[in-house]
Amino acid sequence: MIIGLDVGGTHTDVILLDGRQLIREIKITTNPENLFQTLLAGLSAVIEGIDPKSIQRAVLSTTLATNLVAQQKLPDVGIVVAGGPGIDPRHFRTNDFYYTVDGAQDHRGREIQPLDHEQVQSIGRALERRGILYAGVVSKFSVRNSKQEEKMADLLQPFVERVFMGHRFSGNLNFPRRIATTYLNCAVYPVHKKFFKAVQESLAEKGLTMPIHILRPDGGNMNIESSVDHPAQTILSGPSASVMGAISSAPSQGTCLVLDIGGTTTDMAVLIDKAPLLAPLGIEICRYKTLIRALRTESIGIGGDSTVRVREGKLTIGPDRTGKAMAYGGPEPTPTDAFHVLGKGAGGDAARSRTGLEPVAGALGLSVDQAAKLIFETACRTILDGAAEMINTINSKPVYTVHELWEGSRIRPEHLLILGGPAPQFAEQLQTMFDGKVHVVPHYQVANAIGCALARTTCEVTLFADTAQGIATAPGECFNSKISSNFTLANARELTDELLRKKALKRGAGSETLETEILEESQFNMIRGFQTIGKNIRVRMQLKPGLISK
Amino acid sequence: MGKPGSRPSIRGQTKNIQQPGTGTMLQAKKKTGLVFFPAFDWAISPTHPEREERLLYTQDQVFEEGLLDIEGIVEFKPDVVTIGDVQRVHFCVPDPWAVMTESHFISAGGAKTIGMAVMDGTVDRGFALVRPPGHHACRIVHGARGFCNVNIEAIMIEFLRRAYGVERVAIVDTDCHHGDGTQDIYWHDPNTLFISIHQDGRTLYPGTGFLNEMGGPNAIGTTINIPLPPNTSDEGYLYTIKEMVLPILADFKPQLIINSAGQDNHYSDPITNMNISAQGYAALTTLLKADIAVLEGGYSIEGALPYTNTGIILAMAGLDYDNLREPDYNVETYRQSSKTTGYIHELGDKVLELWEQRDSLKEKARAGTHPEQRIRSIYYDTDSIHEHQSETIRICDDCGGALRIESAANGQKPILAVHIPVKACSACRDQGHKWFESADRTQFTDIFLQDRTTDSYLSLTPHKGK
Repeated sequence: MIIGLDVGGTHTDVILLDGRQLIREIKITTNPENLFQTLLAGLSAVIEGIDPKSIQRAVLSTTLATNLVAQQKLPDVGIVVAGGPGIDPRHFRTNDFYYTVDGAQDHRGREIQPLDHEQVQSIGRALERRGILYAGVVSKFSVRNSKQEEKMADLLQPFVERVFMGHRFSGNLNFPRRIATTYLNCAVYPVHKKFFKAVQESLAEKGLTMPIHILRPDGGNMNIESSVDHPAQTILSGPSASVMGAISSAPSQGTCLVLDIGGTTTDMAVLIDKAPLLAPLGIEICRYKTLIRALRTESIGIGGDSTVRVREGKLTIGPDRTGKAMAYGGPEPTPTDAFHVLGKGAGGDAARSRTGLEPVAGALGLSVDQAAKLIFETACRTILDGAAEMINTINSKPVYTVHELWEGSRIRPEHLLILGGPAPQFAEQLQTMFDGKVHVVPHYQVANAIGCALARTTCEVTLFADTAQGIATAPGECFNSKISSNFTLANARELTDELLRKKALKRGAGSETLETEILEESQFNMIRGFQTIGKNIRVRMQLKPGLISK
Repeated sequence: MGKPGSRPSIRGQTKNIQQPGTGTMLQAKKKTGLVFFPAFDWAISPTHPEREERLLYTQDQVFEEGLLDIEGIVEFKPDVVTIGDVQRVHFCVPDPWAVMTESHFISAGGAKTIGMAVMDGTVDRGFALVRPPGHHACRIVHGARGFCNVNIEAIMIEFLRRAYGVERVAIVDTDCHHGDGTQDIYWHDPNTLFISIHQDGRTLYPGTGFLNEMGGPNAIGTTINIPLPPNTSDEGYLYTIKEMVLPILADFKPQLIINSAGQDNHYSDPITNMNISAQGYAALTTLLKADIAVLEGGYSIEGALPYTNTGIILAMAGLDYDNLREPDYNVETYRQSSKTTGYIHELGDKVLELWEQRDSLKEKARAGTHPEQRIRSIYYDTDSIHEHQSETIRICDDCGGALRIESAANGQKPILAVHIPVKACSACRDQGHKWFESADRTQFTDIFLQDRTTDSYLSLTPHKGK
């Protein structure tokens, strides 16, 4: 049996699955001040009366790291950056203890300026004096050659408890994002580590020793041990739980738009042939743009509990939530109250909803029923407009080859998959406004926790090979190898696949068959003068996000 | 004298971008649009300088610097130009499909995308970082010359004239090679100022672009050539911009400034002999304040392009580029000699003198024998074509003048091309139609009429009986 647990801002959903069979579903109120207690309460409730030995694994999606970042409760850490020529690296300052040192590589990973060891050591001493325990080191083009970052880490290690290196978090180019990513990992690390150690210990006391996996924002998971090395890869995992929860009911072919309609917001994502679309670079949270792999999701400020108002004669819905719907004792009218007026609500006090909508109807010069209908339609229209904007952005993504520009297909959603509390009500209305098919995800109220439970392990490997220099490197995997001049793209692919499989097992991928796929690959002949001096090869592969087979 | 910045604006106003409170966050002072189209699957031939690899390291640098994440730098997907866009500028022989590949439609489309974004006010400025380039492509196209098939700047400019009613345009070509194609297209157009700054034609392809090439009898002075001596460094180049280009731009008062931003003046370029650095390129971009830049040549793909392109993007966006330099740059190695400096100063005096005398030079040119005639040979180095042209312009004070060109490639039967300019006077319009209608159909394989007053293009292929 598998446990899936998804901590949300308001509710925490916990489910227990036997194979694909939903055995138990529990909803508890999230206590944002004490997530540990919320987590344990949820887990205890879901396994009550169940033999702990029958639990094969638990997958958790928490808001722990997200909250630390959003509430700016991050501890002081030291960030040391070797920028080299280009934009002045001081522009990328992430925090107070941010230092720049001399040292640089170029785009092919060749050292163009040696690292200043003395500068790094004196920063180490300064961090030690201030009692700063964690540090991150980042250099430009470290994903092409990680030697300077490794050296920086070696030099700092005597002065701090742990050093994080930029090249370990992503193989993608983007120095400012690598800095932000390293900073967030470094800063989230101490709290994350302490929290999950406590979770593991408490579960052990209950006899629960199954492997624990943590959900990532890319729709996959990693084991708790890996999460300690990449703690920021747990940030904003919530939307990916919902997307994975919708996948099982997605048609195997075609484009689906997933709408998770919550109390305050609606999260949107896109599935193509049952596979979720990834964000081009990584998550953006607060002022940090990162390389943390994530699904492409957008959030709009409209949900079942969004506050309904009339401003200058015009109806507005959201983006804020004042409280519950009036039908459930809340203070302001909401779309949920509109459902109740229209007789679509389950439970709740429809009379209170009607009273609540009266001033709105009055201000609009409509009857209460007409106002309810308008609220409902407006909410759905707003969601569809938001979705259209997202699809438009995806379709206008630049491409860099003639082939892609000429052949590139535009996506157009043919299906809507809806989950979240008010899913059935919204689905009914959306069906009248959307060309394709509208589906309500089974168990729509806890589908997110189911998605969490069934998500596969995900990870990614980037390999760079330069036959002129005779090197192949995947810095994220600590892999460096000499290669011969006849090394080809096919060899690179094979090598990347091998590294990816190895990484997958380390990250906690289990018995499930490992489905790898190529995200990007290219091979360029390098010509100098009129001579071909070698090939420049890049391969990026991933474990495809999806659901475990059984 | 007004400054170029004070030129009349005809574009949509954009709101000022607010500075964030953090102070360290990078934010473009000028909202800058980018089209990046490296055509990673297109080459003239596998080892040709214009090959797949050309912008690979530029892409790496642009990505690694995080340029596309900067607030106020926006990346657009390129549009594709239409046949109509091409035929507004060129006479392609026998037709556009014969002389263009998909990549040309996209690279010209990238320039057009940037032009539209600037005119719509979506961005303040824009840079089309596209390939293949275009500034050696002339009005008549039989094939590729100087790695160019169609003139992507001209296609963009003539689209903007048609769609937005832009009139006065200045093109400053900072490619190391003379922009002979652009010069050819605007030779008779008094509303387009074309300034080409390049390595002296006595020492480099295409071997043209001398001071005395000043435009046709209706447009003397609006073609300006500034041939710089080999080994000119940043100092000489920036002097040229400050002391020659900016004063002339201020006089001309263009509504739009286009920079044909070739990057082969770089000290590491393998096919030229100039000594400009990435800092020099960024500084010239800052000075020029072009509305639109379009990439042209530049073949030092590792040592120069990653840095020069980064510099140009930062400069366009009004961002600091002090920390940008090539790993191997040494200012002393590339300092220009005092002889070079002296030569450039004298050159500057001559350029300005010619500019000041443009009206009297026009009178003088018209007084010569047959000022309306021009006979010349054009060599297409890339495709090995010898073209022979015989051209007649209607001398006119009211418009650019109707233009008639007979052109024969490799000694074959000629084609006839008749061009009526955008704001043609009725006499020139009549002349153009008369040339087209009265053409001896047995004499030409194709007869073309490009009537810009109606934005129409007609082609007759006599032997097919039409």
